[in-house]
Amino acid sequence: MFEAILLTVMTAATPLVIAAMGELVAERSGVLNLGVEGMMIMGAVCAFATAHMTGSPYLGVLAGIGGGALFSLLFGFLTLTLVTNQVATGLALTILGLGVSGQLGESFVGLAGTKLQPITIPVLSDIPFIGRVLFAQDLIFYLSIALIIGVNWFLFKSRTGLKMRAIGDNHGSAHALGINVVRTRYLAVLFGGACAGLAGAQLSLVYTPQWVENMSAGRGWIALALVVFASWRPWRILAGGYLFGAVTIGQLHAQAFGVGIPSQFLSALPYAATIVVLVIISHNRRTTLINTPASLGKPFVPDR
Amino acid sequence: MKKLIIALAASAAVLGGMSGAAQAQEKTKVCFIYVGPKTDGGWTQAHDIGRMALEKAMGDKIETAFLENVPEGPDAERAIERMARSNCAMIYTTSFGFMDATMKVAAKFPKVKFEHATGFKSADNVATYNARFYEGRYIQGQIAAKMSKKGLAGYIASFPIPEVVMGINAFELGAKSVNPDFKIKVVWANTWADPGKEADAAKALVDQGVDILTQHTDTTAPIQVAAERGIMAFGQASDMIAAGPKTQLTAIVDTWGPYYIKRTKAALDGSWKSEQIWDGLKDGILTMAPYTNMPDDVKAMAEETEAKIKSGELHPFTGPINKQDGSEWLKAGEKSDDKTLLGMNFYVEGVDDKLPK
Repeated sequence: MFEAILLTVMTAATPLVIAAMGELVAERSGVLNLGVEGMMIMGAVCAFATAHMTGSPYLGVLAGIGGGALFSLLFGFLTLTLVTNQVATGLALTILGLGVSGQLGESFVGLAGTKLQPITIPVLSDIPFIGRVLFAQDLIFYLSIALIIGVNWFLFKSRTGLKMRAIGDNHGSAHALGINVVRTRYLAVLFGGACAGLAGAQLSLVYTPQWVENMSAGRGWIALALVVFASWRPWRILAGGYLFGAVTIGQLHAQAFGVGIPSQFLSALPYAATIVVLVIISHNRRTTLINTPASLGKPFVPDR
Repeated sequence: MKKLIIALAASAAVLGGMSGAAQAQEKTKVCFIYVGPKTDGGWTQAHDIGRMALEKAMGDKIETAFLENVPEGPDAERAIERMARSNCAMIYTTSFGFMDATMKVAAKFPKVKFEHATGFKSADNVATYNARFYEGRYIQGQIAAKMSKKGLAGYIASFPIPEVVMGINAFELGAKSVNPDFKIKVVWANTWADPGKEADAAKALVDQGVDILTQHTDTTAPIQVAAERGIMAFGQASDMIAAGPKTQLTAIVDTWGPYYIKRTKAALDGSWKSEQIWDGLKDGILTMAPYTNMPDDVKAMAEETEAKIKSGELHPFTGPINKQDGSEWLKAGEKSDDKTLLGMNFYVEGVDDKLPK
C-alpha cells in the first residue's frame, strides 16, 4: 500500500520537479519566464504526436524537449532581443501555447497513447522495496534526478554557472566584466523551455498516455511557485515537488479512506501547505534576499 | 502610411461586418457555448457532435457558431453576450455553471432564444434541457454489482452538484438491487477535466481495494488506469471503448443531436416556447454504449433493465429508499418527484462518503 502511494506520488511530482528545474536556471540568469505552462503543453502535444506517428515514445521524448525549447526561443527573442516586458510576454506565451497546442492536437484527441515503459536496472532493482521504487522507473524519472544533480553542480561548482549567477544578480556588472549577458540568457531560456517540454512529455507519455487539450491543467504555474518555494536552490525543488505531490495524492487517499473531512478543504491542502512553507521560508528576510537573483525580471540593454 | 493602413483596415472591417449581416438575414444563426474544448472526448464533444448533426440536417436554413473553453463564472456572461450581439437567434449554453450568466444575458436580449443545459432557472426566452443520466447510472450500478468480486466500486466525482450526487445515488441503488451489501467509495477530484488528477484519483481508489471504477469526470484517464491495473470500468458522456477495449463495460453516451434539431426547427417555425425538458433513455437523448466485456447473463440483465426503464416500468428512484443516515426517504412503491432529484443534496444508504456541502 505504502509502495503504491509512493509510486503515484513520484509520477505526480516528476513533471513539477523537471519544469521547476528549468525555470530555476532561467531565473538564476535573471529571466522571469511565466510561460512555463505554455511550453509544457507544447511539449506534451509534440511528444504525443511524435510518439503516436512513429510508434516510438523515445522519439516522443525528444520531440517534447524540442517543442518546448523551440517555443521558448520565441520568448527569448521577444524579451532578450526586442527587450519586451518579461511578465507580459510570459503570460502571452502561456495563452499562445494553450491555443496552439489545442490546434495542433485536434486530430490526436481520443487516440490510444504510447506509454513510455519503465527501464528496470538489473541487480539494483532487486533490492527489496527501494529497488522497485527507485530503480524500476521510466527514463524521464531518471532524467529528473540527473537534472537536479547536474544543475546543482553546474550552478555552484562550475565556472560557467558562477558567471550565470553573476548575470542574474547584477547584469550591469557582469556585462562590464565582459560576460555575454544576452547569449547566456538565451541559453538559460532555452534550457528552461527544454525542461518544460520534457515535463510535458512526461504528462502525455507516462502520467496519462493520451492527449487532451489543456492537459497540463495548471502544473506549469505550480512549477513556477516551486522555484520561489525552493528559494532558487535545486535540492529544495525536489523536496518541494515531492511534498506537493504527497499532499495531493494523500488527500485523494484520505477521501477514498473516508476520513470525513470536506473534500474542498482536502483539495486546497496542497496549496495551503505551499503557502505555509513559503511563510516559514520568507520569515528570515535576509536569507531570502540573498537567494533571490537581484536582476530577476529586469530588462537588459547592453550599452555600446 | 500608418494612418492609411488603419483606415483601410477599418473599412475592410465595416465591409466584412455588412456582408456578415447580409448573410445572417438569409440563414438563422444558432450558437453554442462550451465549457471545455470541443475535442475533450466527453461532455463537450458530445454537444459538438450534436451541433454538427444540426448543421448537417438543417444546413440550408441555419448556420452555427460556437465558443469553446468558456470558464464558468463572470467570463461566461461576456462570452454569451458576445454571441447575443453577433446576431445569434438561438443560443445553447451547455454547462450547469452557465446558469446565472445565461439568465442575465437573456434578460437583456428578449428576442434571442436561450437554452441552458442541466440548469433549473428559466424565463420566457430561456428553456432548460437535460438528460436523465441517472437511468444509465442505475444500469451501470447493476452491472457493477454483478461484476465486482469485492462488492466495492470506486466513483470519481467532479463537483458536489445535484447532477453528480444523483448519479452516485442511482449507481448505488442499481448495485443494491443486485447485491444489498454493495458499497461505493467516492473521491472528489474537484475538476471536470484534468487527466492527471483523474488518474491519481483512480489509482488511489484501486490501491484502496475497489475492483470496479466509474467516473463523472470527462477524460479517459480513469479507464486507462483501470486497464493498466486489470479491473473494469465505465465510460462517461462518450463511448470510451478506444481507451480500454478490454476494460469498458458500457458507457453513458450523450446524444444531443436529435434534440437540437427538434428545438431549432421549432424556433424557425415559431412554435418554440420556454420549456423545462428532461428526457431519458426512451427519448434517445442518452444511449448506452454496447455492453461489452461481461458474461451473457449480465448483459441480458442490463438489456432487460434498459428496456424496463424505457417502457416506464422501472423508475430508479422508487422506494423503499433510506437516506445515508438510515432515515426514511421514500416509502415502498413511492417514486421521487423530479424537483427533489434536480436539487438532490443527500446520499442514499450505502454510499461510503461524507457529502461535501
